[in-house]
Amino acid sequence: MQMPDKKKYFNRNFLYVGTLIATVILIPYFLRNDYYLHVLILIGLHAIIVLGLNLLMGYAGQISLGHAAFYGLGAYTSGILTVVYGFHPVIAALIALLFVGIIAYVVGVPSLKLKGHYLAMATLGFGIIAGIIFNEMKFTASHLDLPMGGPEGITDIPKLYLIKYNLNIDQILSLKLSDITGVSQVVPNLYAFNIVLDNDLKYYYLVWTFTIVILILSSNIINSRVGRALRALHTSETAASTLGVDIQKYKVSVFVISALFASIAGSLYAHFIASVGPSSFGFHKSIMLVVMVVVGGMASIWGSIFGAAVITLLPEVLHVFEDFDIIIYGLILMLILIFLPEGLTRGVIDRVKGRFFK
Amino acid sequence: MILKILDLSIDFGGVKALQQVTFNVKEGQIKAVIGPNGAGKTTLFNLITGIFPPSSGGIHFDDVKIDSLKSHKIAELGVTRTFQNLEIFDNMTVLENVMVGRHLRSKSGFFESAVRSESTKREEREIIESSLDYLDFVGLSMRANDMSASLPLGFQRYLEIARALASEPRLILLDEPAAGLDEKETEDLMGLIRKIRDKDITVLLVEHNMGLTMEISDEIVVLDHGELIAEGTPREIQYNKKVIEAYLGEDDVST
Repeated sequence: MQMPDKKKYFNRNFLYVGTLIATVILIPYFLRNDYYLHVLILIGLHAIIVLGLNLLMGYAGQISLGHAAFYGLGAYTSGILTVVYGFHPVIAALIALLFVGIIAYVVGVPSLKLKGHYLAMATLGFGIIAGIIFNEMKFTASHLDLPMGGPEGITDIPKLYLIKYNLNIDQILSLKLSDITGVSQVVPNLYAFNIVLDNDLKYYYLVWTFTIVILILSSNIINSRVGRALRALHTSETAASTLGVDIQKYKVSVFVISALFASIAGSLYAHFIASVGPSSFGFHKSIMLVVMVVVGGMASIWGSIFGAAVITLLPEVLHVFEDFDIIIYGLILMLILIFLPEGLTRGVIDRVKGRFFK
Repeated sequence: MILKILDLSIDFGGVKALQQVTFNVKEGQIKAVIGPNGAGKTTLFNLITGIFPPSSGGIHFDDVKIDSLKSHKIAELGVTRTFQNLEIFDNMTVLENVMVGRHLRSKSGFFESAVRSESTKREEREIIESSLDYLDFVGLSMRANDMSASLPLGFQRYLEIARALASEPRLILLDEPAAGLDEKETEDLMGLIRKIRDKDITVLLVEHNMGLTMEISDEIVVLDHGELIAEGTPREIQYNKKVIEAYLGEDDVST
């Protein structure tokens, strides 16, 4: 009796993850323009959402056309709690996670009883309703005396920090020192205890740490009992249920998990971009997320990263075509779907294999 | 009695697919359900495994009423099945298909799986080992790492059986296991069904192949147009007037 290639699978996966980590660490050293760092952070955030969406769509076979709403709910909850109520960003993100989880459960339970086009319509409707709420929601941050919400969204979201002393000790000390020496001085070392992610490079590493952790978690889920249950119900709900898989429970669970991933990305996005507006989380965004899943490759963990990268980068690259960029963008998507219908990862690998290892 | 079916009826928009069907299955026996096409055999299986609920009547497994339960609950109690129109998970390898069958015998949730806890790793090893045993049982272990869709039809039927057995059922329903098999394969299948019975698993099967049915069944029930027209040993059925009229009259049973 031959043993399966479990060992080999893990070794190979370690290699891939190692390569990804090395790439992530090294890339900033080759960038000459801070703007690219900004794009890389967006890719990381998109990859987090796409990983979750791929669990839902690629593996469990359930579509969601409203996932930008969860992204937006995460971002808005983080933004509102930190700006208006002065919560610590980490606490705000955790509350966002809980809140999005509950919303996803409430939306998921009835929606996931539907199949195919009907499920697409239900999630689409949810996404649009969330978009309207983002657009209409208005309130005032009393202590800031700023009107918030509406089309402008939430502004002045603080940078993410873990510890931030705000005691003005340095000021006091420098005053005293200046009394003695007669020269104004700053004592910078006291800030060494603060952990504030105030520049893009630090934030880049933070976001990609999340991306890689979520990638590993997703990969573990897929290659486990629950992952097999998800893949099984994708092909045959009947057969899966006669083997004891609680179809509805698994569908709702994976829906909630994918929403949680989106919420994490949303919170990270809010503290990165400092202001969140409704236009970032509309129908268009939901479609882009689905496109990332499809272009990267359905049921492909690594494809999620590639899909997020390609679709996020493409508009940046196509700027050179100026007014024609959107046409060329569409054309490229069509070509990918016609010639690599299984997505970039699987499609390219199959082609390379077909050519060289016949 | 492991399975009791009482006055079971179902309508599909006026079409009476099953009418007042009543019979029992004894623990440890091989029982066959036969009947011409459209007699309601697969419908009966779908009702027993909870794919849809009956219009009226009851199904009891081990004195537990299962006719209003969902499929996965019925599976939990110990009833699984195979399918006439194969329902292989064709996006998975042969081994993974059987591993899905171990779902009920393992319990790692999303969180344990995501962080790959020690108990999950242990469980995963157990799942692989026992799944390989079940593949071995049906003689497919050499194809364990192939994609299931690449298997020939006969092997896919065996794979479904292995997958169903992996959940350690007490009652297994085989829906036309010999359909599409040649004589040699059918012969092997008979051996396999006996082997299943020898593991103290009760077998209920729907089959068109008369040779197979008559040879391995302890008892046979005959359905025609949704009604039970006869029940008895293979010998009794062979000489039953109603059966000959309803069944043998329109179907050439030379085997």
